[in-house]
Parts: sequence; structure tokens; C-alpha cells
Amino acid sequence: MALSQGIMAASVAVAAPVVLLSASSAYSARPHGALSSATLPALKTRKVFTVKASAAEQPASFGPSSQKLWTPKLVTNAVATKQETAATTGAKGGHELLLFEALREGLEEEMERDPTVVVMGEDVGHYGGSYKVTKGFAEKFGDLRALDTPIAENSFTGMAVGAAMTGLRPVIEGMNMGFLLLAYNQISNNCGMLHYTSGGQFTIPCVIRGPGGVGRQLGAEHSQRLESYFQSVPGLQMVACSTPYNAKGLMKAAIRSQNPVILFEHVLLYNLKETIPDEDYICCLEEAEMVRPGKDITILTYSRMRHYVLQAAKTLVSKGYDPEIIDIRSLKPFDMYTIGNSVKKTHKVLIVEECMRTGGIGASLRAAIMENFFDYLDAPIGCLSSQDVPTPYSGPLEELTVVQPHQIISAVEKMLSD
Amino acid sequence: MATSLATRTVVPTLSSSGANRKTTSGVKGTVSKIALKSSFVGCKVTVPTAPAACVVARHSVSGKVTASTADVIEAKPKSKADDLLVTRDEALDVYEDMVLGRSFEDMCAQMYYRGKMFGFVHLYNGQEAVSSGVIRLLKKEDFVTSTYRDHVHALSKGVPARLVMAELFGKSTGCCRGQGGSMHMFSKEHGLLGGFAFIGEGIPVATGAAFTTKYKREVLKDDNADAVSVAFFGDGTCNNGQFFECLNMAALWKLPIVFVVENNLWAIGMSHLRATSVPEIWKKGPAFGMPGVHVDGMDVLKVREVAKEAIERARRGDGPTLIECETYRFRGHSLADPDELRNPAEKAHYAARDPISAFKKYILENGLATEAELKAIDKKIDEVVEDAVEFADESPLPVRSQLLENVFVDPKGFGIGPDGKYRCEDPDFTAGTAQV
Repeated sequence: MALSQGIMAASVAVAAPVVLLSASSAYSARPHGALSSATLPALKTRKVFTVKASAAEQPASFGPSSQKLWTPKLVTNAVATKQETAATTGAKGGHELLLFEALREGLEEEMERDPTVVVMGEDVGHYGGSYKVTKGFAEKFGDLRALDTPIAENSFTGMAVGAAMTGLRPVIEGMNMGFLLLAYNQISNNCGMLHYTSGGQFTIPCVIRGPGGVGRQLGAEHSQRLESYFQSVPGLQMVACSTPYNAKGLMKAAIRSQNPVILFEHVLLYNLKETIPDEDYICCLEEAEMVRPGKDITILTYSRMRHYVLQAAKTLVSKGYDPEIIDIRSLKPFDMYTIGNSVKKTHKVLIVEECMRTGGIGASLRAAIMENFFDYLDAPIGCLSSQDVPTPYSGPLEELTVVQPHQIISAVEKMLSD
Repeated sequence: MATSLATRTVVPTLSSSGANRKTTSGVKGTVSKIALKSSFVGCKVTVPTAPAACVVARHSVSGKVTASTADVIEAKPKSKADDLLVTRDEALDVYEDMVLGRSFEDMCAQMYYRGKMFGFVHLYNGQEAVSSGVIRLLKKEDFVTSTYRDHVHALSKGVPARLVMAELFGKSTGCCRGQGGSMHMFSKEHGLLGGFAFIGEGIPVATGAAFTTKYKREVLKDDNADAVSVAFFGDGTCNNGQFFECLNMAALWKLPIVFVVENNLWAIGMSHLRATSVPEIWKKGPAFGMPGVHVDGMDVLKVREVAKEAIERARRGDGPTLIECETYRFRGHSLADPDELRNPAEKAHYAARDPISAFKKYILENGLATEAELKAIDKKIDEVVEDAVEFADESPLPVRSQLLENVFVDPKGFGIGPDGKYRCEDPDFTAGTAQV
């Protein structure tokens, strides 16, 4: 929990009802990369895509007889055509909480709603979760629904798969995402592939979640970004949350999804504060989030880098640039519609991510954009990623491995000056 | 009240000449006081107890006289009828299952060499006593996980031979639509949770299925939930972390699971004795807090007795059991294995202990069925296997549109395309010609 103290989250009463976070310290005062205020003067209202869950559920498709009856029942307007402005959310009241509380709220609501949802992981029960996401769950739901597992990631992930195949909906917590490297066998072979190799007979509606990313001098092994490792596994969906609003929404959507979903949280974002709606909502798992519309350049980002981008945007806007910022949220699959529309508008793309340069999400995204929207590009796609270096412990070195706001500013300026 | 139970002599069932690899007769040094609930026949039983006695005690702690080794051996005088461990119907069911397993695997070998199936095919010849001995006791709702040597487990669990053979041929009528293959047999209807290619991978899955039973009883308050899970795996797996991790969790939460080790002494070309510091796998059960049972896996009735106890134990909520079946595979590790490392003398020794011929002998000697009836079963199975091959031959291969169908349960997972629609709404998508 000491990790998330780096973020000073204080709510600010502003006209824009949905406030991400604001911290009084500017970047330069805290060289280790605190995030500063995200309330951008150029924004009048925050436009947030709120997509309600598609009511269509896939028919339970197990058993040889139903295997051939694969009839998708889908909502055809896949992308929300109307934007709910933040004003709507604000008008209904809402309540303010921190990101880890939003995760907890989402998880708790789903566990109340569906008695087959079970949380498994190390210290999720009596300890309340090492990041307090499951605080109070053992008392409320009992030791079996908030299952404290022994330290055996591969086996308890496999156990969750077996439970999912036989009717439960497990939420597997990796205390740190990096620990899930030990569970790679089960995540790849069973979570991802078992539905396919069983010919569609078994579903694995599990959620794998946990904090990852570079924290505050946690050392190489606790600072890993597993999204790049898992992205090739067929059959998995991956989403990354970045605000309390989308954290709760994505958590709920992931739990309700029949697919196995990996929800990437970030160690340094747990104390972000935001006002979120009181009513039930979920976020679409496949959609990206338009954070700031603009026309000069498309900046694609996710998770913690979203906040660095917003911080950089403050400076960019004051210098007269107009960046369009999209939080891609869905790391696999990519929302090519939102991204594509943006590329068609701005013709320049910069990807800002925390993944390693080699084989990261940015690498895949670059390829996907080039493949689909080459004709709309006026310049090569820029990509700012972390260095291919094991994250060093020492502060200055750690800072150098991760993208910093000043680098984002320079990159945008360079791309827009050509 | 604690009763001491020594290792017993083998109660003669099938082959009194059957020399077990390890003699189970007489009192060995490792005897401990145990609470006797079970009556394992012909096997060593070690149940976790208080750390105390390694002594054959004549008196329990409470002072009552308890059975000693000698008493146990002379325990019950019984009539001839009681000697039999199976009824006629049970015997015929088990016999048919074993013959089906053997014939099917032999047919697989033929088909493989004729180019009807490809890849890695691992045959079960010689180990039929384990599959039939354990799985025929299970209910349809019970769960089984297996390894890559899973054809016979699938057949014993009730998956029709046609579906298994079609799967092996890669046809869309196979139990997994041709997408799984030899090493990934699944059946939701029959509770077969796989078929896994990596060893050890299926053990946590079985543990999870057992967890679901416990969850249904205790959280969802479903008193009818009593499905037992059985995990089959080999000697090589018993050096793998997942094995130990699952023994721990199963015992910790008293999950209704039975761990069945098919110790055939060889992991491809690695002898069990060269790979394992303590080769007695059954000993690892008590280390984690569950009974470790050691049984002759070439003797279907012994396996059945042991399994019956273990399954009942699990079903009534007393927790897991580890059963080590000493068995042997007559063929190589897979059809690609030249099988040059194993001593021909060893192979001959076990060929003489063929579980099917031994059981046939038992049936005939005890008058459970006539020779003619058994031959009729053999013939029937031949027809079943022939029919399976015919069915598989005539079945269609999967079409292109099948490629993407089962990647996701919810195909929205393929994402949103540049046109704003979900990719799976694109008609070319199911045709398999769309770009993803």
C-alpha cells in the first residue's frame, strides 16, 4: 500500500463534474514522476463514453448438440452513438471514491448480484487484499467466496479454471501482476485455449486481475508489464483501467463476460479520486475512451500513462497544440473504430505506453494502425515506450526507463513541427 | 479409538502368482496407529496420524484391545459367494470396458500407421485396469481429468467411441469438433474435463471442479452437490510442482477429489527411479495430510476396491485420497516412440500380467460368466470399434467457417472493426475470410 502514496489525490470542486485527480505538485517539483493536475483549462465538459452493457448474451454453447448452433445475438450499434456528457453524471449526484474503492465496489456489487462469483488469491480474505480491494469481503461473503489461497499461482489459477468450467465465476487476484508469470501455463493453455480445444463445450468466465506496472522503486520483478506477454494468447481479452470510473465499469463488465478477461490495474493509480455515478453501470470491454477530443495529433495511451499524457497535454495546450487523447482501455482487442476515426481526423499518431519497446502493446497497435489506416497517415506512427531494461531500483535510473511527460511534450512538438 | 493396521498380505483375487513389484506381505517397519475406517484390500494403507507410534500396538490409547496384524489376516471367515468382489453385472461392465479400451487403442495404432490420424498419439495398452477400475465406479456427474493418454479415460467415462475416433481423425463430428485431437478429449456431457498435453496441468483443473462441489454445498446450500473429481496422471507428473500444490490445497480444504497416479515406471525414456528421490509416490499423500494408498494397477479388482473407498470418502466429505497404481504400458510412450530403452524382460514380465486376461480368468473361474458370453462381448466391442472407424471415415472434415467459432464464447472479444461494427458481425468473419 505504500506504493500508491506517490499520487496525491485530492478532489477539486470544479465545474467539470468528473474530475480525475489533481495534485498540487507540478512535475518538476517531484522528479520521481508524480502526476499533477489533470484538470485542463481547455476542457469545458468532459465527454465520456458510457456504453451500457449489451443485453445480448451468448447462448450457453456447450455440448456437441449446440456446438453447431452458433448464432450470435449482438447489438448492431456496437459503438455508442450518443455520448453521455459528464454533466448528466454530475447532475445525478454520484459519490466520490478512490480507484481501489471503485474496484471494490464493482467486485462487491457483482458478488452480491451473482452468488457464483468467487474471489481467489493470496491475502484476499482475512487480510482484505494487499491493496485493500477485497477489504471486508471475508466477513461479508465468507472464507469460501473470498478464498485465501496458498502461494501457488499456477495451481490456484488452474483451480479457478476448473471451477469456471464447472459453474463458478472466479476472479483471480495476482498480488502483483508479475506473480502471474508463474501462472502462465494455466493462463495460456487453459484460460485462453481450453474453450477452443474442447470444441466450445466448456466456458471459462474468469477474470484475472491485479496491479502491475512500474511503481515507486519496487525493483525489477515487481515492476513488470505483463500485458505484452499475454497479448498473443488466443482466447483472452485484456483491458486496462485508469480511472475510478472505468475501473468499476471494467471490473463489472469483465465479471459478467463469458470470456476470460485480464484486467490490468496499476500500482500507482489506486489512490486516484473521482466522483462516479450512483447507478449501476458498466464499461464496454472492447471500446476505447475518448479522453480529450482534438485535431492536431492522436495520442493513444492506457493505464498510468494516460495521466502523464494529460499532464503533458496541459503544457501542449498552453503552447497552442490541440491533441486528441484516447485511452485505448481495451488492450486486446483494439477498438479500431475509435482509433481509426481519430487517425482519419488528425493524420498523426503518437502512442504513449508503459510497456517495453520490444513486443509491447504499442508495437502491436502500430502494426494494426498501419495495416488499416496507412493512407490516412501523414507521418510514421510515433511510439514512446519503456526502455527494454529491467526496472532498476535506484530512483533516477527507474525514472529513465519509463516515459516522462517532458518526453511526451517533445515528441508531440517534433511530430507537429514537421 | 485407534486401531493399528499393519500392512496386510495380499488377499488372493486375480493372480496369486502375481508378483507385485513391491511385496506387500508381512509387517514392515512403517506401521502406524491409524483410525481405521476403511478396508483396503491387498494394499498398503498409510493414513496420517499423530506423530507417535511406528509400532504395532496391541492396545489403543484408550486401553481397549485392538486388532493386531495376526488378527487382521485371519479376520473374517467367509462363504465362497462373499469372496467375490464384484457382481456379475459389474464384472461384465468392467470387462467390456477394458476390452473396449484395448481394442480401441489397437485400432488407433492401425489407423495411425494408415495415415488416418497424425501427431502425438499415446496409447493406453496395459493400463486398462486403472481406467476401468476407477472410472466405472463414478457417476455421470462426477468429473475426470486426464493427461495426453486420455482415449481410454474418455471411453470409460462414457464418451461414445465414435466421437473419440472422429476426434482423432480430426473430423468436425469429433467430441471436440476436431479442434482438440488425441491429447485434448473433452466432454461436458460426461464430465470429462480434459485431456491435457502438459503434464500436471489437469490436476488443478480437477481440484477446481472439486472446489465447485464444496462451494455448491457450503455457499449455495445445495445438499445434493456431491460430484467427486478424479485426476489421473503419471509418475513423471509426481515430481511436478502442480502435483504438490494441489495435494496441499485439496487436503487443506478437504476437497472431494481422488488423485490417481498411474505409475508405469517410465516417463517417455526417463525411468521413475532415476527421476525421483523417494520413488514411493503413495508416501507423499500423508506428507500433505491425506491417505496414500498403494495398489497393484494390473489387477482391476484391487484397483476397484481401493477406488471405491476413496470415492466414497470424498463423497461423504472426508477429503482427498492419493492412490498410486503400479501399472505398465505395453506400447511405447507414443506411436512415435521406438521404445528401445525398456528391458525386454521387464516388458515380458508385465505382458504376462495382462489385466484383461487375468480378469477374464477370474470371471471364468468364479462362474460369473461363460466363455461364450465373454466372446460375445469381445465380438460386440469389435463391432463398436469398427463402427467408430466407419463413422469417423465418413464424417466431414471441418470447414473454414469453423476456424474462428470457438475462440471466444462471446465473439465480441474479436473487437470492433474500423467500420464501427463488431468484427463478428461481418458475414465474411464466419466464412473465415475476414481479416482479424
